[in-house]
Amino acid sequence: MAVWEVFRQEREGAPFQHGGSLDAPDRAFAEAYAKEFYGRRAESVALWVVPRASVLEVDEPYVAPVFDRDYRRVDGYSIKVKLKEAREAVAARSGAVGAGLAPPAEDPAA
Amino acid sequence: MTTQAPPRVDLLLQLADDELVLGWRDSEWTGIAPFLEEDVAFSSIAQTEIGHARAFYELAAAELDTTADELAFDRRPEEYRCAPFVELNLVHDWARSVARRWLYETADALRIAALKASDWPELAGLAAKIEREEAYHALHAGMWHERLTRSPEKGRYADALDKLWPYALGLVEGDQRRLLCEAVGRAEVAAVERGTHVDEWPSLWDEMTMVRRTVPGGTW
Repeated sequence: MAVWEVFRQEREGAPFQHGGSLDAPDRAFAEAYAKEFYGRRAESVALWVVPRASVLEVDEPYVAPVFDRDYRRVDGYSIKVKLKEAREAVAARSGAVGAGLAPPAEDPAA
Repeated sequence: MTTQAPPRVDLLLQLADDELVLGWRDSEWTGIAPFLEEDVAFSSIAQTEIGHARAFYELAAAELDTTADELAFDRRPEEYRCAPFVELNLVHDWARSVARRWLYETADALRIAALKASDWPELAGLAAKIEREEAYHALHAGMWHERLTRSPEKGRYADALDKLWPYALGLVEGDQRRLLCEAVGRAEVAAVERGTHVDEWPSLWDEMTMVRRTVPGGTW
């Protein structure tokens, strides 16, 4: 008996997604059980059935960071702080409540 | 209810009773099949057979002015028209259960093919619908047959087929018997005919009809 991984496609053009796994002694059984579990309610338009032993499992999938390279990550930038500063700048310039929603009176970059 | 139905209705009752009783017997494996995946698949097939039985009963019920439930559960044990083959209690004997599925599916395919040519449009249409579902049954039965035929315990499976063969022949009549012999590669023998019942039948009938008999006319 071997473990088989089943991937299913919900509709044509959609990506295949992992549906689950099943135990089967050979390809014919794996096919029949995959049909039974993932196909009999018309919930899949296509199935991929792969012996788990054929799946290349990547150990430690990250490239170990030795130096601090936070700047490579989007979460290194706090957009929240930037937005707050921008809003404050606009408010200070116009002085009016709600003016931040209107286009700036003059473009400081111009 | 009459035991002497017109021939075309009697044929429907034979089909319906075969499917209901085999579905019932196969469902006895639910929870105890050899492994989980097979448990789900085997139970699902049992359920589908009972669904086919309902469709045949409904067609017959319209002819007899009754309901599918009454036909399925309110007849006397001797009124059932199923073949003794489907009544056999084979639970705990996987080789025989697989042998029965394979023999049954092979015979049923011949029967369904003939029904598709019926001059009764409703029956021909129903047969075509059922045939689409039977494709999975045939795939399942075929893979198990292959596996057990090649297994180290193939002697046990061969013995199961030998024991069940006279019963299986009783499923079909006339020319379909010859076709069944060809399909399974076996010689014709004296069949265990429809119209008789096996010793295990009364207790199965008792179990099947128990709830209906507890509350006659009850609906759920």
